[in-house]
Amino acid sequence: MSNIPSDLKYTKSHEWVKSNSDGTVTVGITDHAQGLMGDMVYVDLPQSGVAVTAGKECGVVESVKAASDIYSPVSGEVIESNAALADAPESVNKDCYGAGWMFRIKPSSPADLGALLDAKAYAELVASESH
Amino acid sequence: MAIQAIALLVNTGTFMGNRTPLYDTHVRLGAKIVDFGGWDMPLHYGSQIEEHHKVRQDAGMFDVSHMVVSDLKGPRAREFLKILLANNVDKLKTKGRALYSCMLNSKGGVIDDLIVYYLDDSWFRIVSNAATRDKDLAWIGAAAKEFEVVVTERPELAMIAVQGPNAKEKTYAALGENLRETAGALKPFHSVTIGELMIATTGYTGEDGFEIILPAKAATFTWQMLLDAGVAPCGLGARDTLRLEAGMNLYGSDMDETTTPLESGLAWTVALEPAERNFMGREVLDKQLAAGVPRQLVGLVLEGKGVLRNHQKVLCGAASEGEITSGSFSPTLNQAVALARVPSAVKIGDRLTVDLRGKPAAVRVVKYPFVRNGKSCLS
Repeated sequence: MSNIPSDLKYTKSHEWVKSNSDGTVTVGITDHAQGLMGDMVYVDLPQSGVAVTAGKECGVVESVKAASDIYSPVSGEVIESNAALADAPESVNKDCYGAGWMFRIKPSSPADLGALLDAKAYAELVASESH
Repeated sequence: MAIQAIALLVNTGTFMGNRTPLYDTHVRLGAKIVDFGGWDMPLHYGSQIEEHHKVRQDAGMFDVSHMVVSDLKGPRAREFLKILLANNVDKLKTKGRALYSCMLNSKGGVIDDLIVYYLDDSWFRIVSNAATRDKDLAWIGAAAKEFEVVVTERPELAMIAVQGPNAKEKTYAALGENLRETAGALKPFHSVTIGELMIATTGYTGEDGFEIILPAKAATFTWQMLLDAGVAPCGLGARDTLRLEAGMNLYGSDMDETTTPLESGLAWTVALEPAERNFMGREVLDKQLAAGVPRQLVGLVLEGKGVLRNHQKVLCGAASEGEITSGSFSPTLNQAVALARVPSAVKIGDRLTVDLRGKPAAVRVVKYPFVRNGKSCLS
């Protein structure tokens, strides 16, 4: 079974979102997503300063077997991306909610956060996609 | 992440295909099971890349029991195979020898690629692909009648490939030291048969090792003995990146019924001498050679970041283009590599452009294999 921490929010496209105390959010891909993708070999992330739009693609993850777009969960400005993933993409497999984080956004519209799934709703989504 | 991609990857939820005798063992070892040519097979047991490195640096094993083992028996078996196969079984002079060959249709297209073993004067064994089983058996069976050769599929046999620099030593440790005497001196592409057990020095990884054909009922026990001897279970994911690094073709990707072996990097497997051996498809190959083979298979190395994938377009200048037939990430080289079918004018060392998900990316044309016996072949 995949790990779905209860303190995070989620998108239907399998990103996780963590609200930080400074008002920014941290984004990565879920345990379910990394498990399906398999060994990551390349992560292309949006650089700081880039404006992203909720639901629009803003990066790419590639595993040995597939490539997949990363969608921004919220609109806003990227203020940091995880440079360590360039040399250690396997962090996404080994610790997707920790060292495998991808980028941090300063949201422009707090309402975007309300539209995200909670852990229970995401778990139901994962269960429905697995059958 | 793209929902479409996720949906595509979840292709196994309710699928139930054929299962090898080792299926339960794979599940117990935590394998991720996927459909492969109608078979429920292990893709990996945790990390495909770690399994890949195990084979390059130590020893790994693959359940390849889904592959089709067929015995061809009859006094005219050799005569039959000289017509059936593009390579010449007359190269098999001593018992146990193995030969890689394509089996062609009348248009010179590849029906399948296979390994044929010479076991006795009236007994040859073919190991061919699982996904092409039905058409292969129909084709071989129909052609065999004229030669009174009896073709018997051997589904009661399992097959385990043990590969890597330490594969042979670990196999002796697992299955008994007496194996060292019987199989230890075998050169590549040879085999020894002991009752229903066949040990061959063939493989699909570019490493030393054995392919072991054995009774299905002995498969679980044998697998466990190998596991206890420190041979790592490896899935089809690692098998694919290993064979790509080793520059070995995959049927259905690098060649099929619409391509000749000459356009697929397999000219070395076509025996044109003696000229009077009129194997199936020969006429088309002779014509293609006379007119000039229009396309070739080459190796590509991606110069920057990213991963080359099957079916990506290769721009070869002057309105000509080619296509990647097998593209992936090479764990040994830590960069993307590919086999691609391109116009014959393309030369080794050329720099071409691949359409990488809408972005142009520079690739270098190289000789393959990319990796052999654990070492990079790139200059």
